[in-house]
Amino acid sequence: MSAAAGSAIDGPIDATVKAQFPLLQRTVHDRPIVYLDSAASSQKPAAVLDAMDDYYRTINANVHRGAYEIAAAATEEMERARADVARFIGALSADEIVFTKNATEAMNLVARSWGGSQLGPTDAIVLTEMEHHANIVPWHILAAERGFEIRWIPITHDGCLDLTDLDRLLDGAKLLSVTAMSNVLGTLNPIPALAAAAHDAGALISVDASQYVPHLPTDVSAMGADFMVFTGHKMCGPTGVGVLWARSELLEAMPPFLGGGEMILDVTKDGFRPNTVPHKFEAGTPPIAEIVGLGAAVRYLEGLGMEAVRAHEVSLTGYALRTLTDRHGDDITIHGPSEPAQRGGVLSFLFRDVHPHDISQVLDQSGVCVRAGHHCAKPLMACLGVGATTRASLYVYNDASDVDSLADALDEVGALFGL
Amino acid sequence: MAGLEDLYREIILDHYRNPRNRGELECPPAHRSEGFNPLCGDEVVLTFEMDGGVVTDLRVGGYGCSISQASASMMSAAVIGKSVDEIRDLTRAFKAMMSIHEESIGGDGSEAFDGASDAVDANDGALRLGDLEALRGVVKFPVRIKCATLGWNALVTGLDETVGAS
Repeated sequence: MSAAAGSAIDGPIDATVKAQFPLLQRTVHDRPIVYLDSAASSQKPAAVLDAMDDYYRTINANVHRGAYEIAAAATEEMERARADVARFIGALSADEIVFTKNATEAMNLVARSWGGSQLGPTDAIVLTEMEHHANIVPWHILAAERGFEIRWIPITHDGCLDLTDLDRLLDGAKLLSVTAMSNVLGTLNPIPALAAAAHDAGALISVDASQYVPHLPTDVSAMGADFMVFTGHKMCGPTGVGVLWARSELLEAMPPFLGGGEMILDVTKDGFRPNTVPHKFEAGTPPIAEIVGLGAAVRYLEGLGMEAVRAHEVSLTGYALRTLTDRHGDDITIHGPSEPAQRGGVLSFLFRDVHPHDISQVLDQSGVCVRAGHHCAKPLMACLGVGATTRASLYVYNDASDVDSLADALDEVGALFGL
Repeated sequence: MAGLEDLYREIILDHYRNPRNRGELECPPAHRSEGFNPLCGDEVVLTFEMDGGVVTDLRVGGYGCSISQASASMMSAAVIGKSVDEIRDLTRAFKAMMSIHEESIGGDGSEAFDGASDAVDANDGALRLGDLEALRGVVKFPVRIKCATLGWNALVTGLDETVGAS
């Protein structure tokens, strides 16, 4: 499954990929855009934009209802996307795919529906110090209501999980909820081993794969996951659609999340009977065009090949680590694992003592788009002992010239702030 | 098209590199007030001493970007020795200069400035802003306005808690 790191950045992924993304053809401040913020949101290929446009222009109608031609076509397109997503992550059935608003809503669904029916005052769950707020706050909210304990797997100095006390942390816990890849450090966590440890302890494992599914071949069975959440807009798809995958027996047993139309089989003045899975969790009109767009994104990525996507990113991440270090030496500190094969293309760094907001402001003048801040991971920031970092994140459309532009623009930062 | 020179004026960079009144006073007798920018994690901690309605000393702690730190530094230099009423006037003038775009970007952290709807005219305020005028260019970069007002929000909150809201 893992891709070998190439010595060069040329491979099956080449400049034709960047040409397929209309936004990447624009300029910013009269400079070609250098988009290095895909961990926040990816750009969209024309294939995705066209699929959504075609949907609205030719078959727009509400799904799962009308018998007329275009309503049936809209339903068919939406359900094709569900099948595409299922295939993309190795799900056993399309019925295991629940469409949500985003990964955050999907994680709230797990917390509220599964956690709300399973966790009580004598229970515990395990999180890690590198989680995104989306995998922390839903549990804080639920814990305040139901009184269970939240335990934390610490991180090592090089930004990996410290699993020394894993067995003790998992002892008596009902759930381990963990990110597959840190959105700050790029660290790839050993999900299959964590799943095995959780299962040995009688716990389930919930995987935040928001940064993983867009970048690496994903197989929920091989990972050993029980729940997995991710979002469309980080994987070449549109905003407004996310995914919860869970093993079907878990979805069957979980109570509904949101109530309304579509999620029922019957409603009377006395109550309701929930619909079958996955519709039980999809109250109201879904984001149909976005789901269609996500299906197109999945097919686009499959066309590139996820092994090739991963190989490109390993190669480019290696180039970025070398280039930034060679060019800026002691001025730059890059967080996370130093070995490209152990990480994704997320590079959080400190540059001398210049604040990340100032760095990103200066980089913007060169058309270089990076993120500055706590990246919705304040507990991790506290562990790192920083208030914020600057984060450059790579995707399939980035190339060596983007990395070079980043390194060049950092020279401007140094010049302005008198380094 | 606003250039970086509009944002990073030399006097701002000077206050960033050589912050005035940096540190923390012992509380009590000093009063303490904190400001956070939830968007970026920046934090300012103000400690100040009052005597007869006058802020006699003020120290700036915390961490943040050049704009938030320089603005707080310039603020400290501007308000020490001034009465609460004078500081409120100055704040209103500064707010007027900064608020040109602020309401259009919305968000958290500006509740302390709710009284700014009756703000003095920006040009009028400029007469009394002195060095703070260098921060005027920040309004061309709307996402950075919160940085410039971080310390001022904290000061108004702190004064309100100490002497009551005006």
